[in-house]
This record gives sequence, structure tokens and C-alpha cells, in this order.
Amino acid sequence: MEMIATSKMRRAQERGLAGRPYSEKIRQVIADLAALPQTGRELHPLLKRRPLTRMAIVHITPDRGLCGGLNAGINRRTASFILEQNIPSTCISVGRKGLDFMRRRGRDIRAEFTWLGDQPGWLDTLPISRIIIDDYTDGVIDAVYLAYTQFVSTMVQRPVVLPILPVAPAAISGAQNVDYIYEPGSDEVLAGLLPRFVEMQIYHAILESIASEQSARMVAMRNATENAGELIDGLTLIYNKARQESITKELLDISGGVAALT
Amino acid sequence: MSIKLDIVTAERLVFSEEVDIVVAPGVEGQLGVLPHHTPLMTTLQAGELRVRKGGEELSLAISGGFLEVRPDRVIVLADAAERAEEVDLARAEAAKRRAQEYLVHPTAGVDIARAEAALRRAVARLQVGEKRRRRRQEPGTR
Repeated sequence: MEMIATSKMRRAQERGLAGRPYSEKIRQVIADLAALPQTGRELHPLLKRRPLTRMAIVHITPDRGLCGGLNAGINRRTASFILEQNIPSTCISVGRKGLDFMRRRGRDIRAEFTWLGDQPGWLDTLPISRIIIDDYTDGVIDAVYLAYTQFVSTMVQRPVVLPILPVAPAAISGAQNVDYIYEPGSDEVLAGLLPRFVEMQIYHAILESIASEQSARMVAMRNATENAGELIDGLTLIYNKARQESITKELLDISGGVAALT
Repeated sequence: MSIKLDIVTAERLVFSEEVDIVVAPGVEGQLGVLPHHTPLMTTLQAGELRVRKGGEELSLAISGGFLEVRPDRVIVLADAAERAEEVDLARAEAAKRRAQEYLVHPTAGVDIARAEAALRRAVARLQVGEKRRRRRQEPGTR
């Protein structure tokens, strides 16, 4: 189990890294576009802030257990976030562990995506962003948050909750202020990029969650193996002691019997 | 004089090399980029992206995305990109037929615009894939 988790973790990490150039680029371009002077043009719907009346949370968890405190950590983090916000909320559950948790709590579940596998493709994750983008533009929800387990290192995974809609360009760093020609126009380019940006964030969160899950499982399995080893050592010692004792007792019986006879 | 071309998708870095010219399928038509091009940002439609390097020409099938041009480099943020050798001709052929079918006999619930986009994607992949097959069959002729 430990070995399997290790190799899966490595693969998940590689996939996370492979998409990094894309995510850095798209961030930069959106930051550039958002930094353009706003001359009376209508703000793109995904950028528009509205008063908060209802929010959605995309809750990304593993499908399986046996990975230490990871599931409990992310579920607790999400639950306390929902309580803090104190507004009606709906849930998009990605992963069975989170889905079960939300069901037990009786939360409203807008959609569920389970068993995406250890290596979900970009296409597999698109329906998730489709739902939240549509709901947001239709005004059903006024904010969307993304809850997942961030992969910090093999030993450390941190549950986080981040806002993804409305897109907040101020939070995206890296504007470079190059004077671009936009074709067909800056608004059209931005309108094309924003949904991609949301899709990409979700895809990455899922990859990170998988990497976290696998490394947490690897550590959990290693601990299990070590604990079992210690347990076996202890039990072997007890067993040997007991065996020795019984032999000694029998020997005493025999020699006692012999002594009585002579 | 060359220009650095990076083609990235959300899943991977597809292409990263110094090239002489890039011809991309922009939404407003084919777009050729040479070194020292003025900074430009544009959306791409599904099509064939051609690259020339030395005397060699290479093509990739891309299905929409964005193109960023800076004087010394070109970055393509593609929704999906395939090198010629990766194109699955049979699948692309099937997708093309399916899309054509929808366009000829529109059925309820099928979006015409989406069928058209699917058709464009399939045709682009076929173009790129076919080109490679031809080249393989007649070595030395280009």
C-alpha cells in the first residue's frame, strides 16, 4: 500500500507541475486585462460583484479513506467555513468522502462528482466549472468558493477554502503592462479567458487534492506498517516468555516427580 | 533570427522550441508571426497551427485557445493541442462525420454552433494527421 501510494503520489505531483505554465500564463494575461483602464464599458459578468445572498462551495475530497486525517481535516474546514459565512449555501461535492459528509449534515447538494479516478483529464473536470459558471451568471448564486487540500509537501497537506467567483483580478498578481493589440478586442479576449481561468483553478485543485490524498495515504500506510512491526515484536516477546515459563514449569513438575520417587 | 514558441494546455507543455515563423488560426483569419512582431493577444479558433524551423515545416492541431505574441516569444494557450503523430485519424474521421450528420439533419437539442465547432476541430486534426501520413508514405518529397 505504501509503495502504491508513493508511485501514485509522484504521478499526481508531476501532473500538477505539467499544468503550471498554463496557469501562470493565464493568470498573467487576466491580470493584464484587468489592469486596463475601464472606460465606461460593461464589466464582464464573472467579474461583477453582487451582494451576497447565496453561495456555493465546491468541496473537493478523496473518494477513499485510509489516508490519515485528510478527509476529516477538509470536511471540518469546509463545515466551519459554511458556518462562518452564515448565508444559505449549496454544495458541489467532488469526491465520495465529502459527499457522504455533506449528506449526513443534510446540506443542499447541487451536484456530485465521484470516482473521477487517480488521473482525471481536463475534460472530466469541465462539467464542474460549467455548473458554477452557469449558476453564477444566472444569479442563482453570488459567490463560489473552492475547498480542497493543498499539497504543501509529502508530510504536510493543508485544507484551504478560496474564493473563485467572482474572479478578483486584484488577487492575481503579475500584471506586466505590456501594450498589447487585442484581437478582436480586449473584452472578447477577456470573455474567453475568464471561464478558462475558472476551469483551470478547479482542475488544479483536483490534482492537488489527489497528490495530497496519495501522500497522506503513503504516510498513513508507513505508520501502519511500523506500528504493526512494533506490535509483532512486543507480541513475540510475550509469546516467548510464556513459552519459556510453561517449559520451566513442566521441567519442575518432572524433576519434582523424580525427586518424590527416589 | 528566431522566435521562441511555447504551446501549453492545462494538462501539459506540448511544444517548446525556437522557430522561424508561426502561422496560427486566429478568429479573424490566419495569422503569421515573425520575430519582432508587435505585442498581440488574440483568440484562436480550431485549426492547424503551422511552424517553420530551418527548412522544416511542422503542424499541430489545436482546438481553440489564445495566442500571446511578444517580440521575442509566442505563447499559445490551447484548449487542446496535438502533434501530428498524436492525432488519431480514425477518431477524427468519426467526429467529423458525426458533426456533419448533425449539420445536415439538425436534430432537436443539438446546438448548431457547437456542431460547427466540433466539425472545425475534427477537420483541423484530419488535416494535420493526413499531412504526416503523406510525408511518411513518400519519403524525400515534401
